Amino acid sequence: MAEHKISDEVMANTELLAKLALTDEEREKSRQEMEKILGYVDKLNELDTEGVEPLISLFPVENVFREDKVVNGDMRDELVDLAPRKKDGQYLVPKTVE
Amino acid sequence: MMEKQYETVIGLEVHVELASATKIFCGCSTKFGGAPNTHTCPVCTGMPGSLPVLNRQVVEYALALGLAANCGINQHCRFDRKNYFYPDNPQNYQISQLYVPICHDGWLMVDTSVGPKKIRIHEMHMEEDAGKLIHDEWEDCSLVDYNRSGVPLVEIVSEPDMRSAEEVIAYLEKLRMICQYLGVSDCKLQEGSMRADVNLSVREVGSDKLGTRTEMKNLNSFKAIARAIDGERARQIELLEEGRSVVQETRRWDDNKEYSYAMRSKEDAKDYRYFPDPDLPSVYIDDEWISRVKKAQPEMQPEKAARYQKDYGLSEYDAKQLTQSRHLAELFEKTADLCGNPKKAANWFLGETLRLLKERGLEEEEVEFSPEHLAALIVSVEKGEVNNQGAKEVFEKIFDEDVEPMAYIEAHGLKISQSAGEAKAVVDKILAANADAVEKYKNGEEKVLGFLVGQIMKEMKGKCNPGQMKELIISKVK
Repeated sequence: MAEHKISDEVMANTELLAKLALTDEEREKSRQEMEKILGYVDKLNELDTEGVEPLISLFPVENVFREDKVVNGDMRDELVDLAPRKKDGQYLVPKTVE
Repeated sequence: MMEKQYETVIGLEVHVELASATKIFCGCSTKFGGAPNTHTCPVCTGMPGSLPVLNRQVVEYALALGLAANCGINQHCRFDRKNYFYPDNPQNYQISQLYVPICHDGWLMVDTSVGPKKIRIHEMHMEEDAGKLIHDEWEDCSLVDYNRSGVPLVEIVSEPDMRSAEEVIAYLEKLRMICQYLGVSDCKLQEGSMRADVNLSVREVGSDKLGTRTEMKNLNSFKAIARAIDGERARQIELLEEGRSVVQETRRWDDNKEYSYAMRSKEDAKDYRYFPDPDLPSVYIDDEWISRVKKAQPEMQPEKAARYQKDYGLSEYDAKQLTQSRHLAELFEKTADLCGNPKKAANWFLGETLRLLKERGLEEEEVEFSPEHLAALIVSVEKGEVNNQGAKEVFEKIFDEDVEPMAYIEAHGLKISQSAGEAKAVVDKILAANADAVEKYKNGEEKVLGFLVGQIMKEMKGKCNPGQMKELIISKVK
């Protein structure tokens, strides 16, 4: 099994995407865990899947549908109430518009 | 040194909002323009523990569109999560289709000035729309409205087969026409129910290697798209000429400044960490479902135009013009059938209707007059009850206010006098007053007839039928 080394750059990008700020200690621990995961994926890749159709779903059921009927009323006040910051029936979030 | 010649290579990602009554995964209304957050529920605001359930109509619409665009169907398809962190997206992922989209490998034939061209479609997939962010100056924060969150979209990804703004617009018009004919989307660019992202690169003519592309967003009219394409082409060529390189990035087009600005470097697909959505069972579209959707397909534009030529005796050009909008075509058909005169009906649609549309700045879909009213007007003109000038006035009222034409004609004194006695008296009067003209006519000067008819029309303030007056003069003078 090939040894996997995850670079500092990949770690930094992964943290950024996951919105995590890890301490050095946590980062090393995560790096080792992720390297192990990659090793596990290598093991799976050893299996010959030639001629095997990709698995679309693990569910034993398919085609669970709703009919196209409006059943929800106005739930604005209940929902917006849950937010830490709100204004005029809208959610207030840190500035995002460029 | 010879100047380098460049070719523009363009592929489009087009999003169309589907016309379903409810959102893709919950029973909230999709109606445009509601007060912020009044069309939301725990599902489309991403509350923990809520469970999405797929709207059958969304699959139906996506299937209809895929079949009309000559796509193959992945009969077994499923949804994936596209992860990104942005407040327009309350779940921190968008439910979309990456690995097995519903439709693949289609094509559309589009009309260009140099003839038809085939534009290939890579794939089409179903996904949910995001909410809307509005900047709040007072708080220096953003306000979020999730009414649009979860509105169903189909994204249509073309191959990089287009070479000019003209081809891009021809492709978009074709796509819009198909959507409108199928009734799957109203495709209003201004309201955002059709949105196009333009992937563009340039390369030297003769090269078969693709250059580095950029993606342009925020294009909300065909004109803006055309300007953005020309602007981005020029920007990329300038970079290459200066020996610099194009950076792969997403750019936002500012149509007022006619310039695009870099938004962010383009994420790789892997940055979105796509994975199958465990909340949604897969979709299986059996052969029977496909054939049912195929059978339910309405008459599309090419067939409609062919029928107009065959059944109504219209020219190829007129038939094509009349069928660009399904809505107008249906109004025309009803009018033609009611008045029994397809050619006259066609003239009203190709002439006055299109003129008024342009003048009023309306979309074809917004025309709402009753075909019964136009048909009655056409019959009335044919009977000689109203002259052409009067008819145009009446039609404008039908177009704007859908007035009942006969009542309007009566009320506004546009009706040509039907009293034979009155007309005869006027004819006698005019003939007596223009004895020299009558003499000329008797001597074979046919053209004075027109002058005499003109005099009668003037006397009767236009309320008479010129053809009848002409006959009356001839019968009197003989």
